[in-house]
Amino acid sequence: MSHPAILETIEAFGETTHIADPAKIVELCRYLKDTEKYVRLSGLTAVDWHPAEPRFEVVYLLHSIERNLRLRIKCKVSGENPEIDSVYSVWRSADWHEREIFDLFGIGFRNHPNLQRILMPLDWDGHPLRKDYPVHGYKYSYPNE
Amino acid sequence: MNKSLEDHVATIPARQEQPENASAPRLMTLNMGPQHPSTHGVLRIVVELEGETIRSATPDIGFLHTGIEKQCEHLTYAKALTLTDRVDYLSNVANNLVYCLTVEKLLQLEIPERAQWMRVMLTEFSRLNSHLVWLGTHALDIGAMSMFFYCFREREEILRILEMFSGQRMMTSYIRIGGVALEAPRGWEKVVGKFIRGFPSKVDEYEDLLNANPIWAIRTKGVGYISLEDMLDLGVTGPMIRGAGLALDCRKTAPYSSYEKFDFNVALETGNDVFSRYRVRMQEMRESAKIITQALEGMPSGPITADAPHVVLPDREKMKTQMEALIYHFKIVTEGFRVPAGEVYQCVESPRGEIGYYIVSDGTSKPYRVYMRTPSFANLMALPVMLKDTLIADSIAALGSMDFVLGDTDR
Repeated sequence: MSHPAILETIEAFGETTHIADPAKIVELCRYLKDTEKYVRLSGLTAVDWHPAEPRFEVVYLLHSIERNLRLRIKCKVSGENPEIDSVYSVWRSADWHEREIFDLFGIGFRNHPNLQRILMPLDWDGHPLRKDYPVHGYKYSYPNE
Repeated sequence: MNKSLEDHVATIPARQEQPENASAPRLMTLNMGPQHPSTHGVLRIVVELEGETIRSATPDIGFLHTGIEKQCEHLTYAKALTLTDRVDYLSNVANNLVYCLTVEKLLQLEIPERAQWMRVMLTEFSRLNSHLVWLGTHALDIGAMSMFFYCFREREEILRILEMFSGQRMMTSYIRIGGVALEAPRGWEKVVGKFIRGFPSKVDEYEDLLNANPIWAIRTKGVGYISLEDMLDLGVTGPMIRGAGLALDCRKTAPYSSYEKFDFNVALETGNDVFSRYRVRMQEMRESAKIITQALEGMPSGPITADAPHVVLPDREKMKTQMEALIYHFKIVTEGFRVPAGEVYQCVESPRGEIGYYIVSDGTSKPYRVYMRTPSFANLMALPVMLKDTLIADSIAALGSMDFVLGDTDR
């Protein structure tokens, strides 16, 4: 399979990973869904490689029922003002997954219909799954103490 | 960093006054949950009602978010296993299994056959456990109260069997990286055999109570419809999608842990409503009983852990006589074992659908990233589509048919 948006292909542990160009992710996903029959977006997540740059990897886990194949697409996203296009227009299941990434990693998704926190409270500070976020959270204190 | 109460109140959007327009329908906002009993946990659903018809439903999740993915990054591989029990607490064995399979894939471990069969058997027991809890509480929601007692009668026996194997009723952590924790207890064949021979007749009993029950039929048939295209688009898996006629089951399409050696069918229904999902789960219970019977009859002999002393804790007896075993034990317990750098995704069929773990290793003894693709989270996305333009009374049946666990949703 070849597509201009695919920069590199890695085969490891019997699984295929394509590194894709983040600017063309929607185009690539549309192609994979319509032509290569990856009808399911099984999962969508991110990995934080702090302090490396580009800091984030957004990982798309695809599944083709017809061909019984699984595929992984990865996009590298910069740590400065991280943003990538939403694939909601391709799979509606991207909705909550992208909100979760926005909530826990602070990566923005352009053209997402309702990008707000999903697991953490709406007024939460910070993004817990980032590597520079302490595991016990920031120390709790009363504001007027 | 910490906002004052006034700041917090300022973030809450002001209540929108409805226009005084006679032709526009007057919508009422109803807040279901987070303590509503039919939501089986802490799920809040904001529904907009026009009369008794739901015009929009918005699930609000996150009340049970405990940061398990974050905690896993700060524990060694062996310790993180105990957290996977707490994700989906009704089918914890499936969670243990998928975590161990993922790490074993990274370690490229060969698991002995006996351990694989024990894993299959215990996973199917946990599927029975989960489906029984589902059936009992779902029927209770709809009003069939006595089902609950019948289901929990059998569930109690299953929990006793799980306790017999692992020492725990719910958070078993029986499946470990490299095999299983303990050899099966003496006389397990007798206990499991007695239970599993009697179980199909118990399923008959449940079906006698419900199948011909006119109230059950009215409450479930044609309720909670959602098209197959919508389900695929929204990432729904498990009994929900099998109730719509699509045989999507990881046990068949990508067999793991020697599932290919077992003879079972994928339960299928085409009704695509609450009743079909009920039928699918009842069939699945029979199929699980078939798998357990096969595992009981054909259980291979041999070791229960992989031949990998750097990963698997040594035998207690060996530790008292062999220096190497003691050293390995010390190393595994204090610093853990190193896992080669790489990343894998592995999925199994949990009672709720496809549960998949994506683990990234950076070559140390702690996982760099553990992503849990949980079926409840993905299935719940279908809720707004499913509830739109249905009656509020039917929403309870539709919610129950999804069989989500909020621990699984929020992680």
